[in-house]
Amino acid sequence: MTRYLVRRVGLSALVVAGVVLLTFLIARVVPGDPATSWAGPHATPAEIAQARHHLGLDRPFVDQIATYFRGIFVGDWGTSIHTHRPVLSDLASAVPTSLELVIAALLIALAVGVPLGLAAARHRGRPADHAIRGFAVVGVSMPIFWLALILQLVFFNYLHLLPVAGEYGLRFQENPVHAYTHAAVLDAILNGNWAMLWSALTHLVLPACAIAAYPAGVIARMVRASVLDVSGETHIQMLRAFGFGERTIFNRFAMRLAWNPVAQVVALVFAYSLVNTFLVESIFDWSGLGSYASDSIISLDTPAIVGITLFVAIVYVFANLAVDLVQAALDPRIRLR
Amino acid sequence: MSAVEAIGAPGPRGLARSLFSWAGANPLLVVGGSMVLVVGVVAVFAPLIAPYPADAGSATHPLEIFKPPSAAHLFGTDQVGRDIFSRVAYGTRVSPLIALAVVAIASVVGVTLGLVAGFAGGIVDEAIMRVTDVFLAVPALLLALAFAAVLPPSTSSTILAITISWWPWYARLARGEAASVSRRRYVENGRVLGLTRRRLLLRHVFPNATTPVLIQASLDFGGVILTAAALSFLGLGAQDPTPEWGLMVNEGRSFFQTYWWVVTFPGLAILFSAAAFNLLGDGLRDRLDPRRAVAR
Repeated sequence: MTRYLVRRVGLSALVVAGVVLLTFLIARVVPGDPATSWAGPHATPAEIAQARHHLGLDRPFVDQIATYFRGIFVGDWGTSIHTHRPVLSDLASAVPTSLELVIAALLIALAVGVPLGLAAARHRGRPADHAIRGFAVVGVSMPIFWLALILQLVFFNYLHLLPVAGEYGLRFQENPVHAYTHAAVLDAILNGNWAMLWSALTHLVLPACAIAAYPAGVIARMVRASVLDVSGETHIQMLRAFGFGERTIFNRFAMRLAWNPVAQVVALVFAYSLVNTFLVESIFDWSGLGSYASDSIISLDTPAIVGITLFVAIVYVFANLAVDLVQAALDPRIRLR
Repeated sequence: MSAVEAIGAPGPRGLARSLFSWAGANPLLVVGGSMVLVVGVVAVFAPLIAPYPADAGSATHPLEIFKPPSAAHLFGTDQVGRDIFSRVAYGTRVSPLIALAVVAIASVVGVTLGLVAGFAGGIVDEAIMRVTDVFLAVPALLLALAFAAVLPPSTSSTILAITISWWPWYARLARGEAASVSRRRYVENGRVLGLTRRRLLLRHVFPNATTPVLIQASLDFGGVILTAAALSFLGLGAQDPTPEWGLMVNEGRSFFQTYWWVVTFPGLAILFSAAAFNLLGDGLRDRLDPRRAVAR
């Protein structure tokens, strides 16, 4: 077990290092000069040269990469070209916002996808099953940036039900609360500010729903597929032969095994949803990872792009590792080697 | 279809009945296939279907801006007075073709690398698959965004950026198939008989990998259409006046609260074509991959 863990973490670290190298190579071919954009539009050649030296761009490529790798471990992820702040502190204030959004989206997706998947499996081949599968296909085929706009149109412009801009109401920005985490809902709770909590929750609904479309579809499909898979197995058929009720078999035996692939797919869509915030946050005026990423991509802010990619890769790789470990802990048939 | 039906030449009614029962057994394939057919027909006959073909390009009609949907303009008009229906119709020649190009190039590159890795084994295998792991460690949309950001924004850049982030999926799939087939008795026999590696690979290993790759490719179409639309929505893909649906949603964004039709119809076109290919892909998998068809 320990050996397995060491090997997996080691391999994961190698993969993440490869991702950094890849992003560095992509950043290398960026047209435009980061030093020029750092120094600003009215900079003299001397100032640009100074900026180049400051950013380490005058050193050999290999040297830059080595410095970057050393920096990763001591908390120096480079300096963003457009915010002029350390990438790591930019990420520290942007990531919690997006994590809150993605977690809310996944909770919605689970709340919708799991019951639908179960219902489809139970009514396999009947109209309810077809309807649910149709819904799942719509979910995975949804252009989420478009869904975000349509949700705004319906729930804000037409129904006047939900707010569409920012993480909480403007009046809380005039009188700011202490930002413990930069996650609006959590901060409101920590400050005991219930009016702000309500405001933050209402602001969370629409962007979370937009992001939830894809995972809800994927989860519904996966739950349906894995329940049907498991219920075809011989030991389940034997339970049936023993005269256990369908409901008991379903709840006590089939569901247990069906959870494994579902957990795997949740870990997978977690990282995907983090990237989907790139498309949704700017529409809802959120200042999370997604807005930071789309700003950096548009302004060709390479240190920020490398930092964001590194962060997402770490989340992705370790979410997969965590799922494997949890599954091994829950399922005695899985042996980690 | 029973064996008897398959062998005996069915009369017109028998044919209709067997077609009907086949359709009943493969509803996904039928629905998805017809939707893909609609996309294909619109793409081929776009000049006949679109009432204002010039509007798919850079035409402008200052007196016609933001007209709501009507008989003259089924989907209304946009910020420069172009007929949105015509642009959506011509859009079938952009995103689905991007998807076709991406899937074709990515599968050829990926399958080649994967087959070589799985068949050769050893250090070649390690080298190719570790590179693949790196690509697979980041969501494809993120990588595509990073590549698209450094390339000049255009349709061909979109194809390149998505292809670079998509081939590893095919490499991993083909490698798995090749590695398992290469250990089978008949390949060993072929080796003993003195067949060249090239012949073994092309004639005996490759054909076994085609079905899973085909299934994967058909499932990927929808995802690529969505990714391409997302890139152009962020301004990193096709540029005006290309009638690309994601770009149209992006351009309509500033006006959609007053003129709902400018984003609604292009978005529905993305949804329709992505769903069409996803349904077709699911249906094909059910039909061609009996191991998984049991469950899905």
